[in-house]
Amino acid sequence: MQCPKCHAAMHTYNRNGVQIEQCSGCRGIFLDYGELEALTRLESQWQAPPAPPAPPAGYPAQPAPAAPAWGAPHGGHHGGHYRQRGFGRMLFSS
Amino acid sequence: MERVESDGDVLGALALIARGAVHGGAACGCDPGVVRVLADREDGAVVRHGGIVAKAHAPGTEDAPHAVRVALAGDPALAGVLLPPVPGPRTERVAGRPVTVWPYGPPVDPGDPDAAPWEEAARLLALLHRTPPPPGPLPAMRAPVKAALAVGRMLRAVPDHPATATVLAAWRTVTEELGEDGTGGTRAYLCHGDFHLGQLVRDFHGAWRLIDVDDAGLGDPAWDLARPAAWFAAGLLPAEVWARFLGAYDAAGGPATEPDPWARLDLPARALTVQTAALALAKSTAEGRGLDEVEGVMIDTCARIPTARTVPGSAASS
Repeated sequence: MQCPKCHAAMHTYNRNGVQIEQCSGCRGIFLDYGELEALTRLESQWQAPPAPPAPPAGYPAQPAPAAPAWGAPHGGHHGGHYRQRGFGRMLFSS
Repeated sequence: MERVESDGDVLGALALIARGAVHGGAACGCDPGVVRVLADREDGAVVRHGGIVAKAHAPGTEDAPHAVRVALAGDPALAGVLLPPVPGPRTERVAGRPVTVWPYGPPVDPGDPDAAPWEEAARLLALLHRTPPPPGPLPAMRAPVKAALAVGRMLRAVPDHPATATVLAAWRTVTEELGEDGTGGTRAYLCHGDFHLGQLVRDFHGAWRLIDVDDAGLGDPAWDLARPAAWFAAGLLPAEVWARFLGAYDAAGGPATEPDPWARLDLPARALTVQTAALALAKSTAEGRGLDEVEGVMIDTCARIPTARTVPGSAASS
């Protein structure tokens, strides 16, 4: 099957019985009648209940999570590194 | 397209495979911005063409476990967890390396760590760990092997660097406990084997999925949490982010942390601290630069490991 929009090949993925054609060029999706509803039902199975909301600012902080004995000394945490380039690279590499 | 063609055989061959998977022999009308190299590393080269990517796996990849891992990614039981490959057999090889083809998915924005989907990542790992392994032989997940390989690379690249001895001393605390088979236990859950934020992409309708099954297999699921655990222990990952990640994992019923998180996490988190420090030494030397600040923090963490052992059940709640 070819994509009606960009004419690239469409690949069929089976998601628990629902056939989804996705265009390999423009990433568009083709669904048969009723498949959108089936897909929505299917996805809700994978969703966990929403996480509890974060405590509003100004409330007492949550107790600090447990840390190993060899962890950074209390108060010596480098939380400021979180937005640094070096740590950014580390977060994304093997 | 220029970059693809000028960057050697592997990338050029991947570009042709990707283009062929999209257009066959027909003309390409894709925006040049969606035809590009996504990764060019020793352990994997990836080229995008429009809605798909072609990946050349690491040289020396063994065929049988590779086939099992790719089949795992396409297993319908894991459709909500792992990105499936483009259907159909792939027989191409590039420079002797197996090639696979996948739908392209947008990754986590490296420039915006605050927007990283930590809870969703934890939930996906918990779902993976909770999925019964499919029948038939499955390879072991490769996280412990990768730590050992990183130490080997450091020893070859920088045998005389003053920090090498520090990292090695921390590594010995790991190998003492890993045992003869080098896996450190008998747990046999489905594991990713190399989790970090670069292993998440959005699928066709925006749901996060895990990618890269090259190190996946059976093992102790605590290793999949070990990299964030190591970042937190080093003081790099804010405690609040770590608590969100671990909380979401536990809420999704993940088995890695029972009954005492640090009793499970201590060994793999030490191993990942060592791995990160070892690769930082090898890479910074290869690039002719000194260690940056966060790499230095990982070496400092290694320095504390041999003298401050965690007694099970007594991880400090500071």
